[in-house]
Amino acid sequence: MSDIKKFMFVNRKAPYGTIYALESLEVVLITAAFDQDVSLAFLDDGIYQLRKGQQTKGIETKNFSPTYRALDGYDIEKLYVEKESLEARGLSEDDLLVDVIVLPRAEMGELMDQQDVVLSF
Amino acid sequence: MLHIVNKSPLTNGAFDSCLRVATGGDILLIEDAVYAATSGSAMEDKMREAMKRFTVHVLQPDLEARGMADRLLDGVSSVDYGGFVELVAQSKNCQSWL
Amino acid sequence: MPNIEVNGKSYETDEEGYLVNLGEWNKDVAEYIAQTENVNMTENHWEVVNFLREYYDEYQIAPAVRVLTKAIGKKFGAEKGNSQYLYDLFPYGPAKQACKIAGLPKPTGCV
Repeated sequence: MSDIKKFMFVNRKAPYGTIYALESLEVVLITAAFDQDVSLAFLDDGIYQLRKGQQTKGIETKNFSPTYRALDGYDIEKLYVEKESLEARGLSEDDLLVDVIVLPRAEMGELMDQQDVVLSF
Repeated sequence: MLHIVNKSPLTNGAFDSCLRVATGGDILLIEDAVYAATSGSAMEDKMREAMKRFTVHVLQPDLEARGMADRLLDGVSSVDYGGFVELVAQSKNCQSWL
Repeated sequence: MPNIEVNGKSYETDEEGYLVNLGEWNKDVAEYIAQTENVNMTENHWEVVNFLREYYDEYQIAPAVRVLTKAIGKKFGAEKGNSQYLYDLFPYGPAKQACKIAGLPKPTGCV
């Protein structure tokens, strides 16, 4: 089907300091209903969205990190993490709450080039 | 691909992230990002390096508003709002480095 | 904010009748909301409602209908994992009606 477009959601912000991460996740869930080719990219502080063990009781904010694990059920299986951003934060794949594909920056850039639509958060 | 940056490179990492990840193409600097294209800033060397890989544009009204029109680096193209629209229309896709 | 009253206790709901505090949910509240929706709760209804609560507990969202249908099919078998079955149980939509009865917010993307 030729009307399927490649949508990439680029996440570059940490979870609770701003509303970007949550807004992105909501738009992703809505986009999932339209049968498009959806992928998520996590760069810079966006990687912190996927950190295991988030406990938000103390800040009286909803912990939306479990929702990333629901994405598989929405047929969103392509979650890319930029290697350099991950390493700069002293994190590895084992520290993240979902399975991801780790890409060096050049490959991440190429993947971005291939998209029909890039949505930034 | 067109990359749009709107944050000052001196206080925010968005421009650096763009340079790190993007493979090439066009960069359009708008709002506070226009400072990246001015001479004499701590960014100048990095900017000159970037210009080997990217075509760099700056939104002229934003540059003028900040009193920096006389400091625009050689080799950076300045565009008005119409030029902004043209850049977006000509590009296959674009990414805003918020 | 409107309220509903069940067994002498008052529960806050939004203007569409969704429970505001999901921690307050109990079976009697579910039965009450079901009545207002003209749904007669059978074992099959409870199966879906309980499944939704478990899903929410795990993922912190109410699933989209498509996702719910698939997940129900996986857990309870293909004869239940289809929209015909779910719409028979909840004629106004499994997402809207079953979520309301389960005390969950409306699914994201559901207008």
